[in-house]
Amino acid sequence: MSKPFRVLPQLTAQNEHFWTGGAHGELRLLRCRACRHWIHPPAPICPSCLGRDVAAEAAGGRGRVATFTVNHQPWIPGFPPPYLIAIVELEEQAGLRLTTNLVGCAPGAARIGMPVQVVFEQHEDVFIPLFEPAAG
Amino acid sequence: MMADLARRAAITGIGQSAVGRRLGRDPMDLTLDAALEAIADAGLERADIDGLASYPGGWFGPRGFSGPGIPELQDALRLELSWYAGGPELPGQLGSVIEAVTAVACGLANHVLCYRTVWEATAQGKGGRAGIGSDGTTAGGGGKGFRASGMLQWTLPFGAASAANWIAMFAQRHFHEYGTTREQLAWIALNARRNAAGNPKAVYRAPLSLDDYLAARMISTPFCLYDCDVPADGATAIVVSRAERARDARKPPLFVEAVGSAIRGRPSWDQFDDLTTMAMRDAGAMLWSHTDLRPADVDVAELYDGFSFLALAWLEALRFCKQGEGGPFVEGGRRIALDGELPLNTSGGQLSGGRLHGYGFLHEAALQLWGEGGARQVPGAPRVAVAAAGGGPLAGCLLVTRD
Repeated sequence: MSKPFRVLPQLTAQNEHFWTGGAHGELRLLRCRACRHWIHPPAPICPSCLGRDVAAEAAGGRGRVATFTVNHQPWIPGFPPPYLIAIVELEEQAGLRLTTNLVGCAPGAARIGMPVQVVFEQHEDVFIPLFEPAAG
Repeated sequence: MMADLARRAAITGIGQSAVGRRLGRDPMDLTLDAALEAIADAGLERADIDGLASYPGGWFGPRGFSGPGIPELQDALRLELSWYAGGPELPGQLGSVIEAVTAVACGLANHVLCYRTVWEATAQGKGGRAGIGSDGTTAGGGGKGFRASGMLQWTLPFGAASAANWIAMFAQRHFHEYGTTREQLAWIALNARRNAAGNPKAVYRAPLSLDDYLAARMISTPFCLYDCDVPADGATAIVVSRAERARDARKPPLFVEAVGSAIRGRPSWDQFDDLTTMAMRDAGAMLWSHTDLRPADVDVAELYDGFSFLALAWLEALRFCKQGEGGPFVEGGRRIALDGELPLNTSGGQLSGGRLHGYGFLHEAALQLWGEGGARQVPGAPRVAVAAAGGGPLAGCLLVTRD
């Protein structure tokens, strides 16, 4: 499957772990070393215990579709519709979510609650985390 | 009940420029039309205006998203101000009016002119509707090699470029949890179009049927074209007066009974705890905690419909029905019609009236309470109106009454 054009994120010290973890096949998110709470999007404090000792760790990359939409409107040149946009909730923690694309899934086949697993699509120095259907 | 803002501020005048697609008018010119009309409507003179408030501040966001800022309007009118505020980080578009309410309630100003100007239709020219952040103007920089930062980095790489995508996912979750259908959601759009027929300034006034709605092209499921509002040019102005000075005005004061400005969940489009509602849940709950009036007391509701689902979600957030029951509440369109138990979006909302971006709802609420609705006037002399604006992490609402 050919890769669409993607608007890429600007890498910073705060987000680099997330956008480059795919180079190692890992979905990396910040986690509190004290209470083990996962933090996303990244912030240098744990919202649960207010601990300041947070560091990137690899999540398992599995989750479920919390919601989705089939986009039909051409918003970005080089990124042709239709495509599936989803919010995936990772299995590590209730409410640990990210917006992504569902790939390897026909638009009509997407379902809320369906199990998915991460795959990465490299663009320059960025590894975009996408999700494909997984066995339940 | 908390004795706080209740009846310490009042709306005393409203104004609105021409509204339409690609008017080609200067944004300051539109703003002045609305401002001068509002001041005159209140029976005030320029010298009476000692406060200015606006959302989202001058020339903020993509081209066409805002017009002149506070300093420019102050200077154009040579106003002498005791208080002013303009900016985007507020409880929705009407958050700027809520700021004015608090300012006059505290005695910092007597008469605050609040305004919001858009000229998105002219700015987009012959092109299509721009995705939020998908063009250089929006995202600050643009062009080849542009990279997203801040909040947009979490959505733009996935082609989730528009609020249509972000809000569609809330609607989809609502459909999933509560069995809401497109045939139900349609009535937000159909009711708006029905009411727009009575609004000479509305962008779309031709009749729209359920079949038309269901046959329309999809934008981002479950949203079709008619679930999305229409970019427009226009300026709206509202005069908010200190209660002690509101009797100076020409018309009966419309007292601000309560406001909602709360956000207790995460301020995000994809991290909010409940994906079937948004910050409006918290703003709506706050509004009712500051008044003895109840939802059943409301005679007319003007609820943000930048996307149809937002109006449905506001109906639930403001407790006109239970969470999840918005679909059955609007289905068939009788309950929300001009002569129904809760007339909704009486000027056609933004879906058919044009995207005046929040301010149009409060303008229309005041118009209805003053009995100036003409062909779209709610019968029976309405005395209590609610106006609400915003979606996602943006939410603000006001409960307004006429004695």
